[in-house]
Amino acid sequence: MKEADNQTPEPTARAVVLRGCRDAFGLPVVAVAGGMAGFGSLARDSGLGLGAAITASVGVYGLPGQVAFAELYASGAELFAVILAVSMGNVRFFPMAVAFMPLLRADLRRPAWLFALVQLLSVTSWAAALRAFPDVPAPLRRHYFAAFGLVCLVAGAIGTAAGHVATGALPRPVALGLIFLNPLFIGLLLADTRVTMTILALIAGAVAGPAFHLVSADWGVLAAGLIAGSAVFFFTEARLRRGRRA
Amino acid sequence: MSAVPESWAVVLLAIAATYVWRGAGVLFSARIDPDGALFRWVSCVSYAMLAGLCARMIVLPLGGLGETLLLDRLVSIALAFGLFFLWGRRTLPAVALGVGSFVALAAARNVGLFG
Repeated sequence: MKEADNQTPEPTARAVVLRGCRDAFGLPVVAVAGGMAGFGSLARDSGLGLGAAITASVGVYGLPGQVAFAELYASGAELFAVILAVSMGNVRFFPMAVAFMPLLRADLRRPAWLFALVQLLSVTSWAAALRAFPDVPAPLRRHYFAAFGLVCLVAGAIGTAAGHVATGALPRPVALGLIFLNPLFIGLLLADTRVTMTILALIAGAVAGPAFHLVSADWGVLAAGLIAGSAVFFFTEARLRRGRRA
Repeated sequence: MSAVPESWAVVLLAIAATYVWRGAGVLFSARIDPDGALFRWVSCVSYAMLAGLCARMIVLPLGGLGETLLLDRLVSIALAFGLFFLWGRRTLPAVALGVGSFVALAAARNVGLFG
């Protein structure tokens, strides 16, 4: 936060918007466009058209849920199973929005704007915002967030289109590499944690996922998440409680 | 195949199913504890589900990846995760190595290298 006695003058809204755009160009744009290019090629492989793929990227705007969507859609799973998997894949937006959106509220005359801004929330925009916010006056933080987020969203749409189109034009091994990008990228994003409970949930889920899929192609992955995730949760909570009592 | 209107309905439902969480987050922000037990359970289940989905996509792929060898997919995943954990958890170099080795292996198989 800017202190009142700070030497530098308060940045203008224009300067904050420019900074948001500038921060986005670079690694964030490459990561978002690259991930979404992977989704674009997976979507094509799953039988989704170009327009539907771009709409899914901009509208869902959460790679794990999108990949769950394309995968289950391709497998011909029941509609309810597809939608439930997408929703579960992106459930992290709830705690993220709960924790983050109040930071954009300062002096906001119409709080309804928050319902639009929240669409730009992603792990990338969250991390960038938290890094930049100490230098941005509270009422201008949503300007930074909107600029950064919109650049990333557009990069995501372009990446999706590029991946979708390229899958037909690229040599087959490269096109397959774009599809392979999906589980690899998400796996690495998930693996970047040091929380024991999360690590155990990832391992249990990775073992249960393929096994349960063999039992039911429709519900296997969802059941694996529910059963493996709940088992890890109750096991870890029980151990914590025992540890506290001892 | 891709032009069926049914796929658009599914896309719109998928968008709604995701936005529900974002919108609810705005509604409940400042009124809910994101570190409560319910949240920890939900996040455990969603982590396990996503890990399960990724593992399934690699071990039992449905679409084009089925043309490639399980060994090649596993080797590429192992290389990427190895680099990730050995080199400061940098995502982009790990992704580049994983995809690069996968493409190289797939191309080598195509021209008949390694049988």
